[in-house]
Amino acid sequence: MVMEIVCPAGTPAALRAAVKAGAHTVYCGFNDETNARNFPGLNFDRAEMRAGIAFAHDHGAKVLVAINTFPRAGSEAIWKRAVADAEICGADAVILADLGLLDYAARSHPGLRRHLSVQAAAANADIINFYAETFGVKRVVLPRVLSVPEIAGINSETEVETEVFVFGGLCVMAEGRCSLSSYATGLSPNMNGVCSPASHVEYQNDQGALNARLGGYLIHHVERNEPAPYPTLCKGCFSAGEKTGHLFEDPVSLNAERLIPQLQKAGVTALKIEGRQRSKSYVAQVVRYFRAAVDALDAGQPMPEGMLARLSEGQAMTTGAYKKTWR
Amino acid sequence: MDLTVGPNQFFWSAETWAAFYTDLAQSLVDRVVVGELVCSKRLPFYQDRIPETISRLVEAGKEVALTSLALVTLKRERKLTADLAAMGVMVEINDLTALAHLPENCAFAVGPLVNVYNEGTLKWLAAQGARRICLPPELPIASVKALTQVASDLGVAVEVWGHGRLPLAISGRCYHARLHGRSKDNCQFACEDDPDGLDVLTGDGKPFMAMNGVQTLSDSYACTDHQIDLLRQAGVSALRLSPQSDGFLKLCKLYRQRLDGDLPRGDLERSLRTADPNVRLSDGFLTGSHGAEWSGESGARSAAS
Repeated sequence: MVMEIVCPAGTPAALRAAVKAGAHTVYCGFNDETNARNFPGLNFDRAEMRAGIAFAHDHGAKVLVAINTFPRAGSEAIWKRAVADAEICGADAVILADLGLLDYAARSHPGLRRHLSVQAAAANADIINFYAETFGVKRVVLPRVLSVPEIAGINSETEVETEVFVFGGLCVMAEGRCSLSSYATGLSPNMNGVCSPASHVEYQNDQGALNARLGGYLIHHVERNEPAPYPTLCKGCFSAGEKTGHLFEDPVSLNAERLIPQLQKAGVTALKIEGRQRSKSYVAQVVRYFRAAVDALDAGQPMPEGMLARLSEGQAMTTGAYKKTWR
Repeated sequence: MDLTVGPNQFFWSAETWAAFYTDLAQSLVDRVVVGELVCSKRLPFYQDRIPETISRLVEAGKEVALTSLALVTLKRERKLTADLAAMGVMVEINDLTALAHLPENCAFAVGPLVNVYNEGTLKWLAAQGARRICLPPELPIASVKALTQVASDLGVAVEVWGHGRLPLAISGRCYHARLHGRSKDNCQFACEDDPDGLDVLTGDGKPFMAMNGVQTLSDSYACTDHQIDLLRQAGVSALRLSPQSDGFLKLCKLYRQRLDGDLPRGDLERSLRTADPNVRLSDGFLTGSHGAEWSGESGARSAAS
């Protein structure tokens, strides 16, 4: 089996670009707080979703609808409607994280396939099997805290398909279990679908150097001519004890392209690319590359040489937790 | 309202750990959650003292629960989690893995690291046997109100994070180990040197967070002195106080007095500032614009300043 490439689409144009570039599957969300990439100008209204899914199906691709924030008390109807509308629009599956919403979807929309979002941070076979037995979850997106051997271990103990992130932004914390962003800004991935939101970013000229603040907290200070990474909280420069530096994670992005053969051996079904906030040309290039890579792997041919470095906007890249360096 | 003491989040020596609970048995708190929340590597150092500690607390009239780990990945962690129910006290699940291992129809408590954001999730957990839920600290008061309403109909007690550094994130990577240039497996227990977590400052010296092994906490100590009336009106039945190495019994007493009406609003804060003039407090998740905000009188010295 060729490994499935699951691509992000923040706009209908990106969806079409991803499909044309060879994506097996595209994931996207509605343009509201129900999805974890709730950025201004991104995502799909209902008509766009219906048209996007039809386009993908016409080209033999699938569409997953991410409804993966945690419904706000008193407003669950918004999230339930998103699940209902995803089914009406013809989605191949919904990606959910919240227990209450999973329960609702399993009971009220049993015919709609359910994937477990990375936001549920299901990090071992026991809990994955529990989600499968309880809510009929067919696929789990694994949290980015696991090594390849740990992923292989999980796959040996579950029938649930696994999907892992291979490229793009990297959470260093267990996803869905981090409120650093709301501590500093009031807006969080779990509640609002945003992390380190641009609305709370301030850039200041500091005698020629650049200070980047989030919610008033200094995250980066970079000298003139140095690359200025976006001030994502967990990738900031801080001090503790005697040390100053990137104490949690460097301003890096994930690139696990070299690990694809190992991930396949580990039993992974699908490779996920992060970046619903990315442009359609970016999405198309990344998809083209990863599609070529899994096709080559399937045909027993050498993997194409890495060409992704230039897409990471000058950022360093890491294999994250997959190689056992964290452990 | 009752007082619950949450699980100790830090790595203390077995002696310190045991002495803390011996003292706590004589305090005015109603409920104590013991066990290891943050890192399974710490557990062997004090694991054999847990049964005796549970007995001592139960004898002293405390309700006792045993926490699960916050993030279960390894085989031995899964085994530990599966064994929790055999300890004879209520299990507090802080990773849903623990729920997967509980016997059917077994009553349990839900800790603040399980995502209970809405009525649907609360109802589902209640149907599985949840009898007590400590809500995630990130929730605003409007959500707390909506959830306590549903919970009271279902006979579920709702608890809110009352005092202590806020658990903001958990990771597969150990930051204490990383700070010392080590991997997690070879951490040499660097977190032991910081019994209340290690302060993390921004580049311009502003206190921001605290590292505690694989956990990241707030720099500020959450404090509900100014929120207690609101929480009581909302139907919250208990406040959770999170263990700290210094002055914890006094803190429990202050909260007891505050809840009993023996200490007016603001006096708890003033007592804390008398004990430590540099203490940084926050209560922004409940009523502020962001978590680090502080609604108390000494706003100039707040965590958000």
